[in-house]
Amino acid sequence: MNNKTSSSAYLNSIENRLNEFFIMIAGLWTFSVQFFRYVFVPPYEIYEIRKHMNELGIKTLPIVSVTGFIIGLVLAMQTQPVLARFGAEAYLPGSVGISIVRELGPVITALIFAGRVSSGIGAELGSMRVTEQIDAMEVSAVDPFKFLVVTRIFACTFILPILTIYVIFIALAGAYIAVVLVQNMTIEYYTNAVLYSVEFGDAIPGVAKTFVFGYIVGLVGSYKGYTATNGTEGVGRASTTAVVVSSLMILIFDMILVKITLWLWPTF
Amino acid sequence: MVEIYNLKKAFNSNIVLDDVSLKVDKGENLVVFGRSGTGKSVLLKCMVRLMEPDSGKIIIDDKDVLSLDLKELNNLRKQIGFLFQSAALYDSMSVRQNLEFPLIRHFNFTPEEREQKIIKVLEKVSLLEAIDKMPSELSGGMKKRIGLARSIITEPKLMLYDEPTTGLDPITSKEISYLILELQKSLNMTSVVVTHDLLCAEIIADRAIVLNNGRVQYEGSIPELTSSNDPFLKNFFSHEFINENKQVN
Repeated sequence: MNNKTSSSAYLNSIENRLNEFFIMIAGLWTFSVQFFRYVFVPPYEIYEIRKHMNELGIKTLPIVSVTGFIIGLVLAMQTQPVLARFGAEAYLPGSVGISIVRELGPVITALIFAGRVSSGIGAELGSMRVTEQIDAMEVSAVDPFKFLVVTRIFACTFILPILTIYVIFIALAGAYIAVVLVQNMTIEYYTNAVLYSVEFGDAIPGVAKTFVFGYIVGLVGSYKGYTATNGTEGVGRASTTAVVVSSLMILIFDMILVKITLWLWPTF
Repeated sequence: MVEIYNLKKAFNSNIVLDDVSLKVDKGENLVVFGRSGTGKSVLLKCMVRLMEPDSGKIIIDDKDVLSLDLKELNNLRKQIGFLFQSAALYDSMSVRQNLEFPLIRHFNFTPEEREQKIIKVLEKVSLLEAIDKMPSELSGGMKKRIGLARSIITEPKLMLYDEPTTGLDPITSKEISYLILELQKSLNMTSVVVTHDLLCAEIIADRAIVLNNGRVQYEGSIPELTSSNDPFLKNFFSHEFINENKQVN
């Protein structure tokens, strides 16, 4: 009897989680459709978009700078002994450069951005929801979706690629420090070696996918916050689940986008 | 100004409003009483369609609210002010930005005209010194006043108040109540006030209704309701008096 009860409770909890999952997917889809319906319609709220881009960029800059630098440094330190085993140390700048530009720079920046920004948006909009600020906006005949959600998603979509390019340069600088510690290499040689290996074509798909990652961060954070319920507990939940969902979605979409890139340009 | 017919609203199996009908004349102040959970706030939110009722008819300023499209609804909302229980000030904006928010979006005022309107409305609520403060720097009473200022800055025809004096000390409650009355007189607004505060109701109300079991069960002036021999009203208002006396003491 007890086993029967516990297994039915277990099945119920799985059913509830599946329900929540599908409701979230449907909600994200609806939010996406609504975003594209509103984004091209005036008023464009340029001031709000600019304000969010400044805030999000400045908020994330210190953490992505430190992370980018350390990732570049550690990657070069880890790669150097492996290449030395094959006598291929001269390829160090090139291999590190390609790894950073194609994958590590965009994905690490996006994940840190998700952790910092998605939770922030979730908490901010969640607290606006539970303190009736969103209702107050709606009742004053201002569309809160347009003012709060569209501006944030737009800002995230366009600030992340800029941050990514910055992180790529910082990570390459970190890698140079590691290279100098073990090899006698001039900055000119290092720069030339990186530029020789990393082509412009390597950077385009890498940076282009961060538009999608930025969109995901803004979308998930806004959705979780905008639909928050149950008071302060709901705000906390919105903030944490926003990070988890946006990070997972970034990794899943990274996989899909890499596959698409390889399908479109097999020599990439 | 406001006519509501057979309004119904339920949350799953919990019927909150069950056949509510009422009328509010132009320039009248109607106070809505009722026990907690009887749907007073739901009634206000249905009036501006922050919540969609299940059935019924709401007419405001000769417009059938439930049949309006979003654009028409927003045009109507521009003529309605709503003071939320928590004041609902935008906490990322200063008092000035809170007040100019509806002005920027709905009117073509020059920056100087906007500034003059903000100063005038802040003088009305006696909080001109708070113009550059953030909501987090304001006390509960100050937030209510600024919330009130934001609601009336567009000079609405109809004001909806959701428990305007809840959480305030008796003196501030009294001040807010007189302020609401004064603004109503000077701007000739129609008001619907949801409250538990009998003192506030006595100051503001031209007429009051009591919601019970999802319906308008009693209607009349405050003295009529408070002196009624009906067991429910006796019980209800004796509790209100006790609460009020406790607050004063």
